[in-house]
Amino acid sequence: MVAMVSKPHGGRLVRRRATGKRLEALREEAKELPKIELPYDIAVDVENIANGVFSPLEGFLVQEDYLHVLYDMRLSNDVPWTIPIVLDVDPDEIVGVKEGDDVALTYNGKPIAVMRVEEIYGWDKKEYAKMVYKTTDTRHPGVAKTLEKKELLIGGPIDLIDHIESRFEKYLLWPEETRVLFREKGWKTIVGFQTRNAPHRGHEYVQKAALTFTDGLFINPLVGWKKKGDFKDEVILAAYEALIKHYYPKDVVVLAVLRTAMRYAGPREAIHHAILRKNFGCTHFIVGRDHAGVGNFYGPYEAWDIFDEFPDLGITPLFIREAFYCKKCGGMVNAKICPHGEEHRLKISGTKIREMLKKGEKPPEYMMRPEVAEAILRFDNPFVE
Amino acid sequence: MSEKEKTRSRYTTVSIPVTLYNRIKELIKGTGFTSVSQYVTYVLREIIAAHEEARYTEPFSEEDKKRIIEKLKKLGYL
Repeated sequence: MVAMVSKPHGGRLVRRRATGKRLEALREEAKELPKIELPYDIAVDVENIANGVFSPLEGFLVQEDYLHVLYDMRLSNDVPWTIPIVLDVDPDEIVGVKEGDDVALTYNGKPIAVMRVEEIYGWDKKEYAKMVYKTTDTRHPGVAKTLEKKELLIGGPIDLIDHIESRFEKYLLWPEETRVLFREKGWKTIVGFQTRNAPHRGHEYVQKAALTFTDGLFINPLVGWKKKGDFKDEVILAAYEALIKHYYPKDVVVLAVLRTAMRYAGPREAIHHAILRKNFGCTHFIVGRDHAGVGNFYGPYEAWDIFDEFPDLGITPLFIREAFYCKKCGGMVNAKICPHGEEHRLKISGTKIREMLKKGEKPPEYMMRPEVAEAILRFDNPFVE
Repeated sequence: MSEKEKTRSRYTTVSIPVTLYNRIKELIKGTGFTSVSQYVTYVLREIIAAHEEARYTEPFSEEDKKRIIEKLKKLGYL
């Protein structure tokens, strides 16, 4: 077991936030620079890069790194990295911009970062989809999104000059902050939990199983683009607040959000999620069954198997089996610890829970804590439309 | 040359004693490793990562730490 807060990925925590006089100078410079307007998902990733969430990345990938990530799942310096972090542009957006120039990255018309353009290159979107999502089927939401992207990629380091306000400012922590927080709490082993769902009893079971042998639990819901039918971000947070208040001991849980889009890239995204939590200081990471999967595009345990390829990941994955309620055992268990047959087992289905909540009904207590269901049902429509 | 070949062709040769090679070859029989090279790459990555871990120091100063603790208190985390 790792003995202290995890080291950042690639050996150092990236900080690309301009401060002091440099910040003033860059803000002035940005007014005159060619501008590239970013969609929300990429804009928040700029802030993630600047604050070390994506350490060791200092900007958007240049071609050599991009190709290594695509084919080898590693950066060109051999550090594991599975999801290409790229900036796509149309040729007419960068007329007159050449390699070596600075550009201003804007969100809603306001400059948020200055980027040094190291490289402008073409990419094969279908090949990207094939390698990252293991399919080119446009029914996969990640594939559909990739094929809509623009024709060129530009790579290079960024310097953040402004913060993008969040609806969840109170829950927005950066890696340097969680690292200090975990130390102040005296935690040496921290297990990270990635989620895009309101918690049901199965989630609670795996979190508590992991917490049994670690000092702290870092619940880190992903807020940002999600597919239709997923829980809205504010609903996930309200549901977790209710669960933590009623069912967790004081001072063993930190709840903070991560602003980045779900890619639904299954196994590759499981590694990506683990790396991000390592940067926040986690020593362990819970990998779910069909983690970051969608539909039937990935096998149920593919996201577990991929960890075998990364002996140098620097964070310990925890593979905790799916939980169910066993009437004979009288509690939440999993297949490894319960000897009873299927007839005694009540499965927890996320789909069924969502269907009941859609009708305004409270799921049975073995599926979801009543306080959690009540917190969700306070919202008129808790799901992404 | 395809994009894939551009990156995949970047391998080099490292010499190891034949006795060690044979020992590894025996060791990996019946495991998931399909070649000695694959095994050696795996082990080296594991060892190098451990060495890199040992050399790390946090980048923030005492002043940064104080500022962060203030923020965490204000937000109710501490």
